[in-house]
Amino acid sequence: MTTRIVIIGNGMAGARLAGELHAREGDRKVTVLGAEPHRAYNRIMLSTLLAGRIGEPDVELTEAAGHGIDLRTGVPVTAVDRPAREVRTADGERIPYDHLVLATGARAVVPPLPGLDPADLPRRVVPFRTLDDCRRIIAAADGARSALVLGGGLLGLEAARGLATRGLTTTVVHHTEHLMERQLDPAAGAVLAGTLAGLGVTVQLAVPATGVVADDTGVRLDLADGRSLRAGLLVLSCGVRPDTVLARAAGLTVRRGVVVDDRLRTDDRNISAIGDCAEHDDALTGLVAPAWAQARVLADVLTGTDPLARYRPRPVVTRLKAAGIDLAAMGDAVGGEPGEELTFTDPARGTYARLRIRDERLIGAILLGDNPAVGTVIQLFDRGHPVPADRRALLLGRALGATAAAPAASPALMPDAATVCQCNAVTKGALVRCWRSGARTVDAVVAATRAGTGCGGCRDAVGGIVDWLSEAESVEVTR
Amino acid sequence: MTLRADDDGVTVHPREFPTNRGGLCQKGWTAADLLDHPDRLTTPLLRDPATGELRPASWDAALDRIVAGIRAVQDSAGRDAVAVFGGGGLTNEKAYALGKFARIGLRTRHIDYNGRFCMSSAAAAGMRAFGIDRGLPFPLADLGRADTLLLVGANPAETMPPLVRWLTEQRRSGGKLIVVDPRVTATARQADLHLQPLPGTDLAVANALLHIALTEGWVDHRYVAERTTGFEAVRREVAAWWPARAEQLSGVPVADLEATARALGTGGRVIILTARGAEQHAKGVDTVSAYVNLALALGLPGRVGSGYGCLTGQGNGQGGREHGQKADQLPGYRKIDDPVAREHVAGVWGVPAEDLPGPGVPAYQLLDSLGTPDGPRALLVFGSNPVVSAPRAARIERRLRDLDLLVVADLLLSETAALADVVLPTAQWAEEDGTMTNLEGRVLRRRALRPPPPHVRTDLAIISDLAARLAPDEAAASDAAARFPADPAVVFAELRRASAGGAADYAGITWARIDAADGVHWPCPSEDGPDTPRLFADRFATPDGRARFHPVDHRPAAEEVCATYPLHFTTGRVLAQYQSGTQTRRVAALRRAAPEAFVELHPDLAARLGIDDGDPVLVTSRRGELRAPARLSAGIRPDTVFAPFHWAGAARANSVTNDAVDPISGMPEFKICAVRVEKA
Repeated sequence: MTTRIVIIGNGMAGARLAGELHAREGDRKVTVLGAEPHRAYNRIMLSTLLAGRIGEPDVELTEAAGHGIDLRTGVPVTAVDRPAREVRTADGERIPYDHLVLATGARAVVPPLPGLDPADLPRRVVPFRTLDDCRRIIAAADGARSALVLGGGLLGLEAARGLATRGLTTTVVHHTEHLMERQLDPAAGAVLAGTLAGLGVTVQLAVPATGVVADDTGVRLDLADGRSLRAGLLVLSCGVRPDTVLARAAGLTVRRGVVVDDRLRTDDRNISAIGDCAEHDDALTGLVAPAWAQARVLADVLTGTDPLARYRPRPVVTRLKAAGIDLAAMGDAVGGEPGEELTFTDPARGTYARLRIRDERLIGAILLGDNPAVGTVIQLFDRGHPVPADRRALLLGRALGATAAAPAASPALMPDAATVCQCNAVTKGALVRCWRSGARTVDAVVAATRAGTGCGGCRDAVGGIVDWLSEAESVEVTR
Repeated sequence: MTLRADDDGVTVHPREFPTNRGGLCQKGWTAADLLDHPDRLTTPLLRDPATGELRPASWDAALDRIVAGIRAVQDSAGRDAVAVFGGGGLTNEKAYALGKFARIGLRTRHIDYNGRFCMSSAAAAGMRAFGIDRGLPFPLADLGRADTLLLVGANPAETMPPLVRWLTEQRRSGGKLIVVDPRVTATARQADLHLQPLPGTDLAVANALLHIALTEGWVDHRYVAERTTGFEAVRREVAAWWPARAEQLSGVPVADLEATARALGTGGRVIILTARGAEQHAKGVDTVSAYVNLALALGLPGRVGSGYGCLTGQGNGQGGREHGQKADQLPGYRKIDDPVAREHVAGVWGVPAEDLPGPGVPAYQLLDSLGTPDGPRALLVFGSNPVVSAPRAARIERRLRDLDLLVVADLLLSETAALADVVLPTAQWAEEDGTMTNLEGRVLRRRALRPPPPHVRTDLAIISDLAARLAPDEAAASDAAARFPADPAVVFAELRRASAGGAADYAGITWARIDAADGVHWPCPSEDGPDTPRLFADRFATPDGRARFHPVDHRPAAEEVCATYPLHFTTGRVLAQYQSGTQTRRVAALRRAAPEAFVELHPDLAARLGIDDGDPVLVTSRRGELRAPARLSAGIRPDTVFAPFHWAGAARANSVTNDAVDPISGMPEFKICAVRVEKA
């Protein structure tokens, strides 16, 4: 019998799972139910969309189609009937499943502030989570001169950067002492704030908000220190909460998220959960990479491609890369555990690096600004590979080692055995011997030794050696 | 180059030519050293059934043995039980004659060649995007004028040094050179920017570059709309390759990806070139397609001074893949399963189209089937040494030993020839006329300086002799000899007719015209008409004239590293050696320059393994092992080791490589597999 798999959610996790199932052999029917009316899109690109650099079609993702995949967008699910093994949609349809996957994602948290009703937000106060949110922000930003962002975490800063790129004077209000406090130390937070200032984003730190007053022309954000900030719009970036409504109502075990095991199964063997709505090993994911890893494992298990596949969380790398900002944070770069520590700070250029090493492995790192080894650091951390013996390579990247030896300042200092022409394997000694045997011009030396006749890159060096020989009255040649 | 013969033998003289501008590396300078080399084969060799040794024999005895062997195999196992394996070093005339001999002389569908290990991924990607496969659709000189030049998996400073003259000129005129290579090669050292990705991640790097080009507004939407189809699907595919994702996979910093995309997206004249580093993968075709997609999105192909191209690996790597050595191909780059192509070529050959066999199988599949119950039982090899050059070489060596009949035509006793039942001594390049086609699609002349030594014959003469002897009677024999002429001028005239109307159309090319014009670029359908130095100015060679995008996604290497085999292994060339080394290992000057194989590894890795520079090391994969001295280099990633593939025996790199192949091109995954390294 054909297996019927129903996926609730067409976001980063759900759409990816559909693609993973599509790519595997076998006879099955996969129904994807997306509550949002849009094609699958890449949430990571929303800040670029917000910045006005791309259009909506540019954030669309490849959708699995045909081959047993039935994708239905704009179809919210209202209930899961576990005894009947059916899901019910908003328009009353009942869709039977053999296996159900919850990929319901997470919802933006609306902070409990006077003036904010999560069910009825003012038009100029918008969370930053979905494509529709993005549209609302862009609409509110149209004609506005300034914007406020509540929350100085990764997404808040991306939103602020996007708004600043649109030309809005942007202020980030953050309740703790420094930005991105979960990923950064105070020093990195300070460097980051300086970088943002240079990009037109002001930061207000250590000030909780106390209330919001909004109308059709603008927004006022009241702060605990008595100040009030005014702007054309307010973007809320105060974290997300897993969307577990269906799971709870269906009686599945839910803590912060829907609890799943290494096979991504809930406590109902016919139901799995992946992505932002799932809680694995006491942890929520909140990022794309683990959601996609879960989609791969679940596809392997459900299709029998690899029934023994298990989800093993990998250490998380937080990356903020927008024009003018280059930040990577991973692991425990701050903690008090023993270990080596490497640091580098160049405040003038907004560069900061802090890396922690134990047992020849990176246990954490913060890299901010121009760190040429950032790719290497991320890979070493991600894969748990040993760090270089010369730790400077982690800070300086290719600037250290691996480059060609600098040419000798004078041919006199060059050893006879040094190869001048690689293409034709001609050493300095061979050039000197050629000159001594009577060749007195570059052309004559080249004709006799073939130096410089391949790629031609050593012609100048050959010329230099001939000049030097011509100038020196007597040249000692080691034979 | 020009050759001169005097009392001291043959000497090489560089010739000012638009492609190499007179440049020669050591291999070129010493190319004549093998003409009178003591190791040269000067007589046929036959394996003595009593002693098992190869012994000198007469041509009659050798050819009789071959004909008897072929007939025995055909009688017992059918025509497809005889197979032919060619090479990308053969002239156009020989490649053409070999394909024709297989199809209507032996009437087997089984012919393929070592170019499958070289150009097939780029060829397949070029065909599906542009409808045509010519290495460079523009003259090489364009490289010297490019504002931005991106080389992906190419190391011309060691594999094609005269080409570097163009790179030097490019940089001197202010152009930017960007090299993508997991090693700091001699070419990478000259680059303005070097991206050093983990092996097997070139495709993701390309998708991320296109992602950046999209978000930065560098895509040429007008070009995309007017000259291409299929962009929407590619745009959605690369939307999933945001730069930080590619960074984590490849190790290439986002800032470097952005700098590369900027140089490509904002330069005036921009050229993207791929070579074997990107192509010799089980996802080689898709990897090339990713770079072609990037080039198309930026509006490069067909714009004068810009474009996409691939660098050719062998002497006749271009021409060798156009005239029927490939399993699925007929002359003029026609498809053997195309009824119109079959009618045309059968007409030129004077046989009914239904007599032509169908497509065979790609090289590795062919070699891996030899001597098996369903595979060929006899193999004729011309100009190739698969014992050294095939992936998982120990297995292929066993397959060759299982054959009823192995015939090898070569100028030296290669490792493959050493296994043969019959070895035929062939003429060298300086002893025969013919044509080659370079990476620009420029058809060039090869002129004989001197006749071959006594008892040495040209490949064309061998094919002609075999065809005649395989005939059932005198009349048929004389007919076959006429059908397979030994004179390359006659063969070329026929090749012109056979290729007429095909993608690689040589109909208007004559030897005289080549001599008069520093080569002639195909397609050239008419003797009076122009040739085609630049393709794609107005249209692509597809039915609707538009180039086609193909959405491609990264996939892992066929074999990933694990606890037992924790390191990536990759292979390549060194400057002073060539291919399987049969020739270059015998040239004294080259042997001095590159005397032995080595295993390149990072000093940090070496220190962890307790290996010093020069120590013998053992590299082991699931398929075999390689022993060679360690060479420490900070220019290689610590998670990757490299070995050159020119050596045989214990140092044979291909004992280790993976025989997983690309599903479209049949290209083996030479460039990445998982290994363990220890002190030997």
